[in-house]
Amino acid sequence: MAIKKFSILTSACIPLPAENVDTDQIIPARFLKATSREGFGENLFRDWRYDKNNQPVKNFVLNNPEYSGKILVAGKNFGSGSSREHAAWAIFDYGFRVVVSSFFADIFKNNAMNNGLLPVQVSETFLRNIFSEIEKDAATPLQINLEKQETKLLSTGESETFEINTYKKLCFLNGYDDIDFLLSKKDKIVAFEEKRGS
Amino acid sequence: MKPKTLFDKIWDSHVVDSISDGPDVLYIDRQYIHEVTSPQAFTGLRKRGIRLFRPERTLATADHNIPTLHQELPIREELSRIQVQTLSDNCKEFGVELYGLGHPYNGIVHVIGAEMGFTQPGMTIVCGDSHTSTHGAFGSIAFGIGTSEVEMVFASQCVLQPKPKKMQINIDGKLGKGVSAKDIILYIISQISASGATGYFVEFAGSTIRSLSMEARMTVCNMSIEMGARGGLIAPDETTFNYLKGREFVPKGADWNRAMEKWQTLKSDTDAAFDKELFFRAGDIKPMITYGTNPGMGVPIDGCVPQLDEIPVEQQESFKKALKYMGFEPGMKLEGHPIDYVFLGSCTNGRIEDIRAFASLVKGKKKAENVTAWIVPGSKHVEKQACDEGLVDILEKAGFAFRQPGCSACLAMNEDKIPAGKYSVSTSNRNFEGRQGPGARTLLASPLTAAAAAITGKLINPADLI
Ligand code: SF4
Repeated sequence: MAIKKFSILTSACIPLPAENVDTDQIIPARFLKATSREGFGENLFRDWRYDKNNQPVKNFVLNNPEYSGKILVAGKNFGSGSSREHAAWAIFDYGFRVVVSSFFADIFKNNAMNNGLLPVQVSETFLRNIFSEIEKDAATPLQINLEKQETKLLSTGESETFEINTYKKLCFLNGYDDIDFLLSKKDKIVAFEEKRGS
Repeated sequence: MKPKTLFDKIWDSHVVDSISDGPDVLYIDRQYIHEVTSPQAFTGLRKRGIRLFRPERTLATADHNIPTLHQELPIREELSRIQVQTLSDNCKEFGVELYGLGHPYNGIVHVIGAEMGFTQPGMTIVCGDSHTSTHGAFGSIAFGIGTSEVEMVFASQCVLQPKPKKMQINIDGKLGKGVSAKDIILYIISQISASGATGYFVEFAGSTIRSLSMEARMTVCNMSIEMGARGGLIAPDETTFNYLKGREFVPKGADWNRAMEKWQTLKSDTDAAFDKELFFRAGDIKPMITYGTNPGMGVPIDGCVPQLDEIPVEQQESFKKALKYMGFEPGMKLEGHPIDYVFLGSCTNGRIEDIRAFASLVKGKKKAENVTAWIVPGSKHVEKQACDEGLVDILEKAGFAFRQPGCSACLAMNEDKIPAGKYSVSTSNRNFEGRQGPGARTLLASPLTAAAAAITGKLINPADLI
């Protein structure tokens, strides 16, 4: 499955300043029973979003009409815990295309990138500034420019570059798919197996 | 030749191709799959019209989403039943060996992989489950992957992975009374935090680690993911080889000798460079308990919850939130706090030694009235062994029910859920909010500490009862 192409995104943000947001919070285990990839957005942050009686929790950010946008801005160490790719599916399915944080858990980062959800790592200072700009104005736009590998707060002009390896960058820019890439390496893989004698 | 770490030796010998400024194409020797993270990967293959490239390198089990009572009956919950059935159908269609529900080899993916000898030193091993790191105890590179990566392995027997940095954690000295492998790892995580090893692959070394049994080593490696590490590994030695000999998938006869020759070279060279090295003393480690909502929030069980000002400023908000969720106060003493549930099981502590440890403490005593306890073996094999050794008898006499194998209350996908607000002393690996059921309050601990809690109904240092 090819991923969605991505080059530049300008959008308001949804702020989630909590640190160590783990994948059990992003999508609790009891929603992992589906055998397809679709529909997980409905249960994104389920136990923070809805109370015991399935009523929306008023002060949770996804239930606050003031905030909208395709960029989720979260505290340090986002996506720790389980390897469930359902977490990345849920965030993407809800409508996000980018997650900004000062630190991502490794497996989450891979899972996000494999699904066209761009994890953008920024410095702690810049993250704080983004949060404070959002606090001043919920609609403040953030621009993610993948070509230039740059995150920019349009209200202040402050910007920072982010890292992404060249291979993954090309995948995002062109919508390439890892499995097609690996299938194109079949000869090398077979040669490797033969050389190793297994 | 430049000295190499064990990790480098294994990784480098599995690189099929390198992408400049990109990930490596890493060959995978073994893949484990289960019902929760595999269906979408099979669907992917079907959409592309391709088969598994090397089906004999994959082994399947049903574990996450199965009941731990009455496994002989159809699964009651519809979605769970469909998911487990989907795994069976997929394995049949694509030619994957399945140890499904009721099979004598069934069990938690990381428990059976080791006990069958499918996991061996020097291998690369993946599974759509973060605790794949468990298999690193055998001196292999083992790590959790997402479903897209499961599909990569199905299609090509390779994954695309950037090479992580390397860390060595040394622990030296003798462990104190009542202190076990679980306490070692909970202690390390409490010292370096739940993200202290993110981006690294960790090698555990030192005299304390060398003295551990294979099962104890698995407990340590299992939780390396809880400090953010990509995985953890331990160089294989006599303990490893003795454990492996004669197991189902392990080479036999002349093949065994050939394998041993290779396995004996699997250690870090003396001057190999790590990106980071940490040192701990076994004597500093006491029986541990977590008080918060990530595995880094742990203290000695005879200690106190930290005061707010002992927590770094930027973590104070999470700390306050965690204590509120747990119903604890800063600075409070933990010992003596009443508890409601005890869970012995999971891929961290669901092996035979864990059940032995638990049984050794409850033998001749009675379960506390206020405690509901779930004793869940990690596999059918462990279940049988516990019966044969008379452990089930000891447990039952003490008032404990022995259930059937599965992940159970480790992630509470099945019916084994801790009710909201209840305190659960659990030998599993995660104390996240809601991990054991919405609102459940999890305190991670060793099997001995869990046993002590189960018979006294409160938090207590197991060393006091030994
Ligand atoms: S026991 Fe828990 S951690 Fe281990 S595989 Fe099952 S769910 Fe994952």
